[in-house]
Amino acid sequence: MQRAFKASFAGLMTVTLLSVSALAGPIAPDKVKITDGELKTSLTGKPGSDVKGAEWFKNRKLGNCLACHVNSKMTDEQFHGEIGPPLDGVADRYSEAQLRAIVVNAKAALSDKTLMPGFYVSHYTDPLKKFAGKPILTAEQVEDVVAYLKTLKE
Amino acid sequence: MATKILKSKRFGYAVVGLACAAACATAAFAGPNDNKLTIDGQEYVTELPAPEGSPFDTIYSGWRFRNEATQAMEMDDFDNPGFTNVESGEALWSKVDGEAGKSCASCHNDAAESMKGVRAQMPKWNEKAGKPVTLEQTINGCRENNLKAKPWKWESNEMLSMTAFIGSKSRGMPVKVQTDGPMKSWWEKGKKLYYTRVGQLDMSCAGCHEDNYGKMIRADHLSQGQINGFPTYRSKWQKLGSIHRRFKGCMKNIRAQPYEVGGEEFVALELYVASRGQGLSVESPSVRN
Ligand code: HEC
Ligand code: HEC
Ligand code: HEC
Repeated sequence: MQRAFKASFAGLMTVTLLSVSALAGPIAPDKVKITDGELKTSLTGKPGSDVKGAEWFKNRKLGNCLACHVNSKMTDEQFHGEIGPPLDGVADRYSEAQLRAIVVNAKAALSDKTLMPGFYVSHYTDPLKKFAGKPILTAEQVEDVVAYLKTLKE
Repeated sequence: MATKILKSKRFGYAVVGLACAAACATAAFAGPNDNKLTIDGQEYVTELPAPEGSPFDTIYSGWRFRNEATQAMEMDDFDNPGFTNVESGEALWSKVDGEAGKSCASCHNDAAESMKGVRAQMPKWNEKAGKPVTLEQTINGCRENNLKAKPWKWESNEMLSMTAFIGSKSRGMPVKVQTDGPMKSWWEKGKKLYYTRVGQLDMSCAGCHEDNYGKMIRADHLSQGQINGFPTYRSKWQKLGSIHRRFKGCMKNIRAQPYEVGGEEFVALELYVASRGQGLSVESPSVRN
């Protein structure tokens, strides 16, 4: 009796896990489709963490957003670049769906000519081998950054 | 248009951009500074109206984008760390090496005469090779064929010393590379590479050095990426480095697979980049950070 219960419970767990991952597994970079400058659904099916997002934002090996943007909320970081516009109040200017699209692929969301890299793109020319086929940020990190950008209100 | 963010939002962004241009004093400061480069009483050309066909109005030496402490190091040969290499290069010039029992001086005599203006014209068309050659390749050609000595490694101390020494004999002379005739197709190839977006960050040389020079990219002040000062002493490297080393570093920063040092792509790129600085004074060996 006990054993049977355990077995069916285990079976149930497997089924649930499978269906969760089928539903909510991150959308692969080449499956992402930006329409009218928007990406409405979360890449992971879940909201991200703004606290982690702030870390990826600063991190020179990940977002490195400060390379090109001023962010007045990060005064503890010494150098802020000036290639792109300051991100102060960016959540007042763009919806979450637009912010997600900009982070995922700024060339598709904003302008083909922008210097801003696409952070969730897997096709580019002549990458260093260890980065080939990989996006700069994972789906989860993108959602974290989007969650952080949503806090940038004036 | 349909695939991009709506016009109204773009307009919003334009307004923000303007607000910053007025309010962010740093942005206005960030262009080249107005300092003048004089070495040994001679004034160097660090700014001039762009040559024909240039995407710029004015071209600037990278020296103009460095801070005053770095600038000062280049203005005094005693403070310029590259001069240790110039001295070793001078010693190597007259040192017998290789099976032919010769030194560079055996054929070229006084470098101050024979090497004057050589750096300014590199890379140069080589009829025998049927392609342009860089200063490093020319030196190694002479080592192999004339000295019967082993070629030096591109980034070796000996090679950097020799390119610094030979380069110093063109100091103050205008960059003047050939871009027509047989060089034309190489120049075109270099130009194409300059504008090609590569790497995980999907950027081109032009994205930084043409579209955004004068601005800060995190802690770095972007210049036009000119090569009139090579080999260059960089505090980051703590030594001199070649043009191709710098190209390689820029490619790695955008997570692109660098082309081969001394390979056709980098030679073509060197030719094209040199042509974007026609008329700037040679500063070899220069100081950057
Ligand atoms: C290499 C420079 C660069 C980097 C790195 C970069 N951006 Fe950008 N970004 C730009 C530029 C340039 C623009 C202006 C868009 C254009 O070119 O039309 C921009 C625009 C934006 C905008 C729209 C802002 C507005 O007010 O219109 C957002 C949001 C943004 N970036 C977020 C980010 C985030 C988040 C990161 C890090 C994950 C990042 N950027 C990294 C260059 C960069
Ligand atoms: C046996 C004689 C000989 C020796 C030894 C020799 N060279 Fe040469 N070198 C030549 C000749 C010949 C040329 C081609 C002449 C020309 O094109 O003006 C040349 C050309 C050059 C050039 C290109 C000059 C220009 O105007 O473009 C450089 C640089 C050079 N040699 C450097 C060196 C160095 C450095 C050494 C010592 C490592 C060296 N050479 C040793 C004969 C020699
Ligand atoms: C992400 C921006 C970026 C890209 C893309 C880039 N560079 Fe650079 N490059 C820099 C920075 C930052 C420096 C150091 C500051 C300066 O002089 O601009 C630099 C410096 C240089 C220098 C030294 C300038 C001097 O005065 O000594 C050269 C030459 C150069 N880059 C060439 C290139 C070439 C060629 C490419 C394309 C293969 C390229 N760069 C791509 C950012 C970039």
